Amino acid sequence: MWDYTDKVLELFYNPKNQGVIEEAEQAGVKVATGEVGSIACGDALRLHLKVEVASDKILDARFQTFGCTSAIASSSALTEMIKGLTLDEALNVSNKDIADYLGGLPEAKMHCSVMGQEALEAAIYNYRGIARDVHDDDDEGALICSCFGISESKIRRVIRENNLTDAEQVTNYVKAGGGCGSCLANIDDIIKEIQQEAATPAINNYGVKVATDIANTKQSQLGLTNVQKIALIQKVLDEEVRPVLIADGGDVELYDVDGDRVKVLLQGACGSCSSSTATLKIAIEARLQDRVSKNLIVEAVEPLL
Amino acid sequence: MQNNCIYLDNNATTKVDPEVVEVMLPYLTEYYGNPSSMHTFGGQLAKAVKTAREQLAALLGADESEIVYTSCGTEGDNAAIRAALLAQPDKRHIITTQVEHPAVLNVCKQLETQGYSVTYLSVNRQGQLDLNELEASLTGNTALVTTMYANNETGVVFPIEQIGLRAKEHGALFHVDAVQAVGKIPLNMKKSTVDMLTLSGHKIHAPKGIGALYVRRGVRFRPFLLGGHQERGRRAGTENVPGIIALGKAAELELLHLEEATKRERRLRDRLEQTLLAKIPDCEVNGDTTQRLPNTTNIGFKYIEGEAILLLLNKYGICASSGSACTSGSLEPSHVLRAMGLPYTTLHGSIRFSLCRYTTEAEIDQVIAVMPEIVERLRALSPFKNDEAGWLQAQEQTLAHR
Ligand code: FES
Repeated sequence: MWDYTDKVLELFYNPKNQGVIEEAEQAGVKVATGEVGSIACGDALRLHLKVEVASDKILDARFQTFGCTSAIASSSALTEMIKGLTLDEALNVSNKDIADYLGGLPEAKMHCSVMGQEALEAAIYNYRGIARDVHDDDDEGALICSCFGISESKIRRVIRENNLTDAEQVTNYVKAGGGCGSCLANIDDIIKEIQQEAATPAINNYGVKVATDIANTKQSQLGLTNVQKIALIQKVLDEEVRPVLIADGGDVELYDVDGDRVKVLLQGACGSCSSSTATLKIAIEARLQDRVSKNLIVEAVEPLL
Repeated sequence: MQNNCIYLDNNATTKVDPEVVEVMLPYLTEYYGNPSSMHTFGGQLAKAVKTAREQLAALLGADESEIVYTSCGTEGDNAAIRAALLAQPDKRHIITTQVEHPAVLNVCKQLETQGYSVTYLSVNRQGQLDLNELEASLTGNTALVTTMYANNETGVVFPIEQIGLRAKEHGALFHVDAVQAVGKIPLNMKKSTVDMLTLSGHKIHAPKGIGALYVRRGVRFRPFLLGGHQERGRRAGTENVPGIIALGKAAELELLHLEEATKRERRLRDRLEQTLLAKIPDCEVNGDTTQRLPNTTNIGFKYIEGEAILLLLNKYGICASSGSACTSGSLEPSHVLRAMGLPYTTLHGSIRFSLCRYTTEAEIDQVIAVMPEIVERLRALSPFKNDEAGWLQAQEQTLAHR
């Protein structure tokens, strides 16, 4: 028997927002739909969003779920959480947020929350007319788990986003490894690799692939996930900002991204340069605003000595 | 803990019969001696153990010397397979089926890594074997044919005597995992082609932790568990005396009730099944309905998922079982239903109801009363429906091409 929280049971027994949203006849309102999962895997979710076009706000959200107790509860929770948010805000909802809202999910059921987050992304991408396969790196890279058709990039993403440390956890989140088990050793290797990367301070480039795709389509200002946003910032810094600074005997390193605040470490000539504030504003902030999002504010942090 | 539930999960385990508890109890308290001891305190126990052995032998239509006590069905299966191979070191081939219990399948898989070749016979949509496929797979190199008697999930019964005949013709030993069949199908090992047969106590109202393996007289048996001389050297380890006594009594009661209980269970099961099929659209029985245990029905409710059904049933105090092993996190549907080639629409929403002699008319009525509403409720949530078959069919097709 699963050990479900009261919140999970409550939303399972009395799910909120179940059903379909019919295409609105209302002016200024559109309906977006996202579908993920499959009957083969044993869970599937179709999410419907009613969006106010002018404000980008989610006026209503409904779901149809095929799946177990926690899949139904996760879908219901998700719809509750995103009502009233703008699409950009909704894109920041992670699978962990869904699980937290439910007071936690059994480890083996975490993939239900992942499904919720993916359906949300699918709905928003559909709404914005972004072909998800092009932008979603999850379908790229080598297929690691052929039982469930899960790619290396998707496995890498969940490991990073959820700080997973063993292959069984990966199975709980995305099912990879839960079939014949022949990919478990490969998943172990990926985890080891990621742990080694994390141990080295340099900012790794895992997100660059996503960022490249996004940048290539020139639609980067539309609904980026946090990971995509950070990756894109990193890419712009690496490719467009740093070469200029390095030529001037300086350099910049991304330190953190907190909402729209981008914190950087200025190095070399830039760090000591009296006009560093101006450098920041002109060379970095403007560039990032242009390439990633108009709202970004760049700040310099003091290097730790 | 809830203990007044409507228990329809008897293929998983059964309630210990109060009479069984009663006869077993003194062996947990007063008579705690070791039957192998020389002194009378232990010696008295040997007599009780002998009586229990006779009771179990009577249920099987076997001789008491052909009974080897084990700790469970899994041990019985493991011991039988290993024994058959150890006794015929020159033969390296095993035949089994795709729908066996993991206690057989996982041993076979391991043996494959040790140089044995294994044929896993397929089953048809009804869960039934093709004897021609068996015939074609048997060779002089086949050491063992091991199949179940009745399937735990669907209740489908295999034609074991015919399987045994073919195995004999090719000089192979024949082992039967009869964990689900014992107590539900009359057995007479004297007239059987079976060489070894596994059973488990907790499926027939004895406690967990006791089982037995029938080994036909004359079959060469090399023990799996080595140590002392218990069980005529076929299974070392101090006897589980309370368990053995309990299994003896349980066997006696099974034999006593067999005819009338199976009739009753069949009647109740059929009523449950037919009423649900009539009341609920889009559902079907999984498995052969002619060659089937009298106590089991496995019904696939399309477009919804088993665990959700179970949790709603649980709310009404009804215990059943689903065809998805969702405990694995992978939500892998049962290997048995998959081997039968059922579509995914049915696989994930399959529920097994398994009855026993304690099941009452009123309990069945209660299930019939709540089940339609449960199904309707979950279908209202589901994105898969008749009218939206497009998404589904596309998925089923892609999967078929994998
Ligand atoms: S390949 Fe991943 S579980 Fe089979």
